[in-house]
Amino acid sequence: MNIDRRSFLAGVAALGAPSLARAQATGPIRIGEINSYTAQPAFLKPYRQGWELALEQINAAGGVLGRKLETVFRDDAGKPEDAVRHAADLATAEKVDIIAGGFLSNVGLALADYANQNKRLYVASEPLADALVWAKGNRYTFRLRPSTYMQAAMLVEEAAKLPAKKWAIVAPNYEYGQSAVKWFKELLLKARPDVTFVAEQFPALGRIDAGATVQALEAAKPDAIFNVTFAVDLANFVRAGNTRGLFEGRQVVSMLTGEPEYLDTLGAETPEGWIITGYPHPDLQTPEHVKFRDAYKAKYNDYPRLGSVVGYETVQAIAAALAKAGSTDNEKLVDAFEGLKLGSAFGPIEFRKIDHQSTLGAYVGKSALKNGKGVMVDWSYRDGAKYLPSDDEVRKLRPAV
Amino acid sequence: MLDLVLTQTLNGLASASSLFLVACGLSIIFGVTRIVNFAHGSLYMLGGYLAFTVVTWFGPADPLGFWGGVALAVLLTGLVGVLIEVLILRRIYQAPELFQLLATFGVVLMLQDIALATWGPEDKLGPRAPGFRSFVILFDNRFPSYELFLIAVGPVVLGLIWLLFHRTRWGVLIRAATQDREMVSALGVNQRLLFTSVFAFGAALAGLGGALQLPREAINLHMDLSMIAEAFVVVVVGGLGSVTGAYLAAVLIGVLHAFGILILPKITLVLVFLVMAAVLIVRPHGLLGKAGVEPRGHAGQLFLLSPADRAAKLFGAVALGLLALAPLVVPDHLVLTLTDLVIFAVFAASLHLLMGPGGITSFGHAAYFGLGAYGAALAVKWLGASMEPALVAAPLMAGIAGAIFGWFCVRLSGVYLAMLTLAFAQIAWATAFQWVDLTGGDNGILGVWPSAWAVPKTVFYYLALAIAALVILALRVIIFAPFGYALRAGRDSPLRAEAIGLDVGRLQWAAFVIAAIAAGIAGGLFAFSKGSVFPTYMAIPRSVDALLMVLLGGVQTVAGPVVGAFAYMGLNEQLMKLTAYWRFVLGLLIVLLVVLFPRGLVGTWLFWRARRDGAASATAAA
Amino acid sequence: MPAVLEARDLARSFGGVKAVDGVSFTVDAGQLVALIGPNGAGKTTCFNMLNGQLKPDRGEVMLLGRPITGLEPRRIWRLGVGRTFQITATFASMTVRENVQMALISHAGESWRLFGCAADRRGAAADALLAQVGMTSQAERACGVLAYGDLKRVELAIALANAPKLLLMDEPTAGMAPQERIALMALTARIAKERGIAVLFTEHDMDVVFAHADRVLVLDRGRLIAAGTSAEVRANPEVRAVYLGSGATSGGH
Repeated sequence: MNIDRRSFLAGVAALGAPSLARAQATGPIRIGEINSYTAQPAFLKPYRQGWELALEQINAAGGVLGRKLETVFRDDAGKPEDAVRHAADLATAEKVDIIAGGFLSNVGLALADYANQNKRLYVASEPLADALVWAKGNRYTFRLRPSTYMQAAMLVEEAAKLPAKKWAIVAPNYEYGQSAVKWFKELLLKARPDVTFVAEQFPALGRIDAGATVQALEAAKPDAIFNVTFAVDLANFVRAGNTRGLFEGRQVVSMLTGEPEYLDTLGAETPEGWIITGYPHPDLQTPEHVKFRDAYKAKYNDYPRLGSVVGYETVQAIAAALAKAGSTDNEKLVDAFEGLKLGSAFGPIEFRKIDHQSTLGAYVGKSALKNGKGVMVDWSYRDGAKYLPSDDEVRKLRPAV
Repeated sequence: MLDLVLTQTLNGLASASSLFLVACGLSIIFGVTRIVNFAHGSLYMLGGYLAFTVVTWFGPADPLGFWGGVALAVLLTGLVGVLIEVLILRRIYQAPELFQLLATFGVVLMLQDIALATWGPEDKLGPRAPGFRSFVILFDNRFPSYELFLIAVGPVVLGLIWLLFHRTRWGVLIRAATQDREMVSALGVNQRLLFTSVFAFGAALAGLGGALQLPREAINLHMDLSMIAEAFVVVVVGGLGSVTGAYLAAVLIGVLHAFGILILPKITLVLVFLVMAAVLIVRPHGLLGKAGVEPRGHAGQLFLLSPADRAAKLFGAVALGLLALAPLVVPDHLVLTLTDLVIFAVFAASLHLLMGPGGITSFGHAAYFGLGAYGAALAVKWLGASMEPALVAAPLMAGIAGAIFGWFCVRLSGVYLAMLTLAFAQIAWATAFQWVDLTGGDNGILGVWPSAWAVPKTVFYYLALAIAALVILALRVIIFAPFGYALRAGRDSPLRAEAIGLDVGRLQWAAFVIAAIAAGIAGGLFAFSKGSVFPTYMAIPRSVDALLMVLLGGVQTVAGPVVGAFAYMGLNEQLMKLTAYWRFVLGLLIVLLVVLFPRGLVGTWLFWRARRDGAASATAAA
Repeated sequence: MPAVLEARDLARSFGGVKAVDGVSFTVDAGQLVALIGPNGAGKTTCFNMLNGQLKPDRGEVMLLGRPITGLEPRRIWRLGVGRTFQITATFASMTVRENVQMALISHAGESWRLFGCAADRRGAAADALLAQVGMTSQAERACGVLAYGDLKRVELAIALANAPKLLLMDEPTAGMAPQERIALMALTARIAKERGIAVLFTEHDMDVVFAHADRVLVLDRGRLIAAGTSAEVRANPEVRAVYLGSGATSGGH
């Protein structure tokens, strides 16, 4: 609990100190970070650690524009209305220069709407909703992580190569699950008009009735399964599916399962041979990643999760944009973010001018068991830039700017 | 097809077991102590976590290690139950039962953070049970042998409890206390010991439910709330205090759930609440419940409700004056906070009309707040309405819902009524969540911003303050008008009220509609203040917020809910900024408040003042 | 002119047990009629059929020649029937005066008004009723803190609020000290005579019954076994048998 204590104290200090330095242009540049810390701790604890690592590194190197970076963290408890309240509070009371964060799609969309209404830059780190940059996209919102569409597209590429014709689907019953299913079906049917979808299950998020769900999927006798559940639903689904033999002789294509946040929980029960997106942190030996991983391990004595990367890179992107803009003026920052290019632990990325989506990619590979633990094998990096629709289509998808 | 039906039935029965264990503990505790233990889901979660730790420690591969670990976890959970009873509940048995509910809710919040701090945020996938790792072939399907074991656990525990209740003195005492608590205290039984042991027993059953999930599901931090809602449903559908009823209800819900998944996969969100609404409409006391096994009602806690004296009026006027002057002095962000607080004051006051004068506890008041917000947002999104007409649409939509839901609800009473309001709120929530084309699903409706003149934060604050003051004043006028008196008459003594020609059911129905309209106004304002609406506006936590605000302020007074709204929401917001463990601190504060001020803030103040003045008439013995 | 209250052949069973089996009687204006009988004789069942709480299986209840059988309690009240209960039922969160005001407001058909302070309505009429039952000095006290005897008086005042033609009083003196019992029934008798109200009451205390009842009806096992003046009933051998047999004579429970 050391880290929590430390970050707690840092938070208290951040609350007390700013009023002194706030107005001075030489004081720290302040980022207001809003996330569902208490509602989604499994992803967001490593996220925050990654974030703080990046801050430490940047500030140790002298900060940006000659000023230190500083963060005020807020917990939205998973409620979009609380997130909006915090955003307003951060902007007016804490006088932060930039607003960032968000995990749940609806929180992200609410913050994006707030940003648009108040002409404030919002850097969305994690929310996957496609609408964030497309249907509801706006001038002031940028997103780092590959969207639901992009991750579905990466998996469809693999799914289309499988012989399977009859597909069954299981996804959590909320926006992310529904849009993942929608894109997967649409894109797969385009690539393989011969496939059919024989069963769909939408368990309530976090409350899957695994035995009954597995049985319902089994009853449809599919050739392959597309899974969108994650976290506790995934663990329960996998255990019930293993015992009941649902996965035997069937291909499974699965979103996010390779992220250590979720894969680690499965442990010895990790099903082998699933096609998954994720983060193969032990085997990823590119210099950029090794540097990040070593620093993370040195600071926290733990290996990074995908959340750590997202938190870390969000700060890096903000720092890069600040340096490019040469100012904390939000309009200038928005202009700087458009087409912003930077390196990341996963390789070079760019925040696209056309839809404000970064081209950060994801790793697609297969699940396997090694020493009683789940790992990703046969993986390769899929650059996000290659899994986005054509510019014409994007323009249609992103009506209002 | 038949094999699928049979397998799915077995799946339902297996899910029913843990549900039954938790629900039956809840039901037994309720029967004896009359405490609605909101923390029962937390004890279930604790049982799971403790089992995970102890079993891992003992060595899960060894049968003795596993089952011994499960047994120890059950005992430990029972001990936690003893702690809760001795440290908290024992001090508040004399308080109104809603305050007891409030205290157990405080325990929920504390246990959430304790579990997070102890076990960390990762889900814990436990080991499989030795001897039950594999499967058997049933109806051409593989069926896990552990699920068969679970199916057997339900009836076995039911049988053991029956033996315990009929063959031991302790069990006979429990049954007697469930039927008539006064009688047991008259028999000279050590009531403290009985209550503590019953609470420990119920807690241990919940712990067993959690521990038995270990081989089946990953233990996680959300287990508590997802379980408690369903366990409440099971208890109420089965009939309060009836253990057999709880088993029947658990089986009914488990099996319906399994088939719901086959037929309408998305229905799992609301199925249990639909079942509960249907059962309660047909059988107002649940499947096996009897009339009379219910909380004590308001007897013994009725305060004389007197109109504000000069000091109170002055205080109110000064408070309103300060609120009106606030934007001139406080910084911008506080104006936003004040806007929220003013809106929540209306929300709390609207619930108070039901809970105070109406004597109706609503666990689902957020439905009307949320429907008001959606009324406004839908008017903006689909009709292109501007803020002014949309603010009229808000109470309209909430009021219509209040009329429909209320019509069913006023036919019931007590906890059953409260649970039916919860069921309707969940149905409304699920509709907003699921009807994506109309409502945008969980992404909500964005861009619900005020008309240009009201966009400046200070202007919108004044708008909200003016409307809030009007609505709260109107509610106050209604409470002291003949209608409010008639409503209160129906609460104090339905028998007498009917005997002087009052139609208590219709009065309560009207109160429902008025409260819904007021909550809808709050919801409409909230939508424009946030610029967006989400299904979370009518989710359970929002309803709990409303309850907490009213109870903290005090049910008996008209000013209470307004004070409670400011105290609770203000506290909540400050804590969330201050610490990552805000839930623990909030829970602790709630528990302390209940133990120290069992009459609520304003109620306590009035009580102290009355004692100082020596005016015995200000309060009946509480 | 028809009797104020007429019961015709009332009957009601519970699961095969005939609680009341063919009871007929009348009560006239200004008359105090006692309904007595040993425990389980069917008094309460009979009473509840008169006031609308129970529907009879058979028979009819007439108020001033108009059938009121099976009507809801609040409708029966509207037709001019006041009630008091065995265990007093008043509004504990209101003052004594407000309790009476509430009944007056309901009688005036004003109970649905959303505006105007209820405490300012019908105060004079309430005070007049309270004066009649001797509760003026306690008008401002909360009903929840009153002594039991005082509560009974408040109930009487409430029951008189709709200017009733008939008063139904279920065990009006139960739980009171003997002195108070006589006083309360004397008060009731006086008011009944003054206003020409018909009063039907059940009672355990034979002293009260014989002191105040103009007529006495005796129930046993669901049937009316005797009816007449106090003296006639006292002399009736069947009544004596029932009471001696059951062991209950006077002094209540």
